[in-house]
Amino acid sequence: MTEPVVDMRGISVEFPGVKALQGVDFRLFPGEVHALMGENGAGKSTLIKALTGVHKPTGLIRLRGEEVSFHGPGQAQDAGISTVYQEVNLCGNLTVAENILLGREPRRFGRIDGRATRRRAAELLERMGLAIDPGSVLADHPIAVQQLVAIARAVAVECQVLILDEPTSSLDAGEVAELFRIMRVLRDEGVAILFVSHFLEQVYEISDRMTVLRNGRLVGEYRTAELSRLDLVSAMLGRELSVLEELEQQTHPVDERAVLLRATGLGRKGAVEPFDLEVRAGEVVGLAGLLGSGRTELARLLFGADKADSGTLEFDGKPLHLRGPRQAISAGIGFCSEDRKAEGLVADLSVRDNLVLALQASRGWTRPLSKRTKDELVEKYVAMLDIRPATPDTPIRNLSGGNQQKVLLARWLVTKPKLLVLDEPTRGIDVGAKAQIQKLVAELAAEGVAVVFISAELEEVVRVSDRVVVLRDRRKVAELRGTDVDEVMAHIAGGRAAA
Amino acid sequence: MATLSVSKVPSRHLPVVATFALFVLTFGAGSVSFENFASGQVFANLFIDNAHLIVLAVGMTFVILTGGIDLSVGSVLALSTMIAAAGVKAGWPVPLVIVVVLLTGSVLGLLMGLMIHKFDVQPFIVTLAGMFLARGLCFVISIESISIKDKGYRALGMDRIALGGGVSITNNVLIAVAVLLAAMYVLHLTRFGRTVYALGGSEPSARLMGLKVGFTKVGVYVVSGFCSSLAGLVFSFYTASGYGLHAVGMELEAIAAVVIGGTLLAGGSGYVLGSVVGALVLGTIQTIISFDGTLNSWWTKIVIGALLLAFIVLHRLIVRRSSA
Ligand SMILES: Nc1ncnc2c1ncn2[C@@H]1O[C@H](COP(=O)(O)OP(=O)(O)OP(=O)(O)O)[C@@H](O)[C@H]1O
Ligand SMILES: [Mg+2]
Repeated sequence: MTEPVVDMRGISVEFPGVKALQGVDFRLFPGEVHALMGENGAGKSTLIKALTGVHKPTGLIRLRGEEVSFHGPGQAQDAGISTVYQEVNLCGNLTVAENILLGREPRRFGRIDGRATRRRAAELLERMGLAIDPGSVLADHPIAVQQLVAIARAVAVECQVLILDEPTSSLDAGEVAELFRIMRVLRDEGVAILFVSHFLEQVYEISDRMTVLRNGRLVGEYRTAELSRLDLVSAMLGRELSVLEELEQQTHPVDERAVLLRATGLGRKGAVEPFDLEVRAGEVVGLAGLLGSGRTELARLLFGADKADSGTLEFDGKPLHLRGPRQAISAGIGFCSEDRKAEGLVADLSVRDNLVLALQASRGWTRPLSKRTKDELVEKYVAMLDIRPATPDTPIRNLSGGNQQKVLLARWLVTKPKLLVLDEPTRGIDVGAKAQIQKLVAELAAEGVAVVFISAELEEVVRVSDRVVVLRDRRKVAELRGTDVDEVMAHIAGGRAAA
Repeated sequence: MATLSVSKVPSRHLPVVATFALFVLTFGAGSVSFENFASGQVFANLFIDNAHLIVLAVGMTFVILTGGIDLSVGSVLALSTMIAAAGVKAGWPVPLVIVVVLLTGSVLGLLMGLMIHKFDVQPFIVTLAGMFLARGLCFVISIESISIKDKGYRALGMDRIALGGGVSITNNVLIAVAVLLAAMYVLHLTRFGRTVYALGGSEPSARLMGLKVGFTKVGVYVVSGFCSSLAGLVFSFYTASGYGLHAVGMELEAIAAVVIGGTLLAGGSGYVLGSVVGALVLGTIQTIISFDGTLNSWWTKIVIGALLLAFIVLHRLIVRRSSA
């Protein structure tokens, strides 16, 4: 093979109390897609940030054979390394076009050429297959679109190295295909691409080689074609994966239990058309549909995060008027939002405080929890969800993306809700933890908790749900019991396939 | 229908449009209540009497857009009038006085910006310290007010520029307008300006996007320091004096002008033009109260307080509407 563009040797990164990386070697060659694999907290994002100068690592980094040490992401960018970091890192207050070209706007006589900026942004958006107005404000778009915009920003400059840290976590199948098409074009032009994803399918589809990390150490470098999935998973976990098999048929028969939640004609203009929905205690109802089909919007109505403008809601036999999440919480409804950065977690608080927050809120501030109870609770959930590092005093923002997601989930579990609405609870979570969460959902249901489960992965929805509600174009189009992926797909495609 | 035309305005322009409407409304109210109010000169006087506030508000807008705050502006203004008056009294040439004053303000801003950025201290604390420091320095120069007797210097403040129709303005108005235009240029047509907005949107994001976060963060305090000292010069032209007790509490008026002008205190959204109109609204209220003659000037503060609250509520409503 040719010379590597990026050659990292003996990279170590240490945070107070955590050795995030220890002596990791990593090579990236021109014209390859290289997948960086590992469990949540294995150190993938940290390795990326060590390369781009966000963190200061010890060890040696060579770029095109020359030793480099970047003092910030700006310098790495100038040296030809374009990065999309794991959490969408754009400014929601600016327009799409501004975000794409921020810091490298076309200028005429030293001043920004607004027209050229929009034109250039429009070209890039078109290339990504995104039909949105470049002059629109970024925050008005759903996360998937924001993620695509972040990618458009990364490919807006000529780069030799393109780094994508979990770019597909909120994209639907069509968008992923489009992204992969672009990645292949770039790869064939000789760009070296570093790709992180927890979707094994995607990794096998797109990558040429992979590097596996475990607990901050290098496990090995492999050719994708020569590594079986099972070997990959055991390389990542360091053990055989038994939970996954156990889970195959989790669906449990729901006896005719009491209806816990009944929505009649519930709807909101521009979000979801009026729908009827019943959820029984101990039942898992899956919501399936494409991005933007209204599945998140439906969930938000059930929690009062958005106000319904038609229909009624009945909970536990009594009518429930939701003016906001507060009524929902005190009635016993929990909601794990898809946008953990904006809505779920308080980044500066510790794992412990985040866990206790929701519980304390539901008890009211006048009845404080004793320290003992808190510690016990926190310990229990940290162990149950395998949150790492298992030190409850770590601030959330220092946790890896997947572990943040687990804390968010734990936060609601702590309150022992009667109904739990989970919007993409397994996004950005590794295979092992994903199986754990699915299992947890099944266990909750067995204990009598009703669960509304949303996920972009149909296999997952079908596997955990007793009933699957399919949404299309902001409308509930089907309700399926004991279904399979093909049937759900057919309903999702529905009108479109016929048209 | 009214709702129709409003919904055509992008929601991020709404607060500024509201500020404009408010200005028209207050000025209209004055015109209806008092004869002679609706005249060109009363309008021009708004700019003449508030030129310093406009300049301060422009500098403050930069800082607030990044999500920061600058409490030192009133004191730096006072210090600038002192340096100017003392300098002129000592017989320095006027251009030298101007350069020294502007440098002092910019350097003070630079120091505060560096403190905020390098040591990651709250802007509130750092500029509060700057506020006390600058106010104290005034009295190191003199505890008395120093009047400016130099003819050339006084002429800079007194000379009238006729606009026709019997309406005239002073140099201060030209300065204020120039500052406004320069600020609009910088904020909307340079990368520095884009970065100011990006910082207010999300500082970690701006950092990961490779923008010059440190430079910009320090830069806005330099801009604000420069504007404060320029406002000091404007004020010394206007009053022909330097005094350590000039512009006490003016920083809060500047912040009020910015907020009423539609800029989000959390940063990331707003326009300098709005801040200038905000300053004019404050000026109009003052004018109305002085026209009335029977009202205590504290009424100005009460009205400003009410307006501030109203605008903060308006902001929340707009944010809620656009996120719905
Ligand atoms: N700024 C920080 N301060 C302290 N610890 C950190 C910081 N950033 C990351 N860590 C820790 O470093 C370890 C590696 O985190 P990293 O984000 O690299 O994981 P990851 O492999 O990207 O995981 P995921 O798949 O969940 O995104 C984790 O234990 C995390 O808690
Ligand atoms: Mg990561």
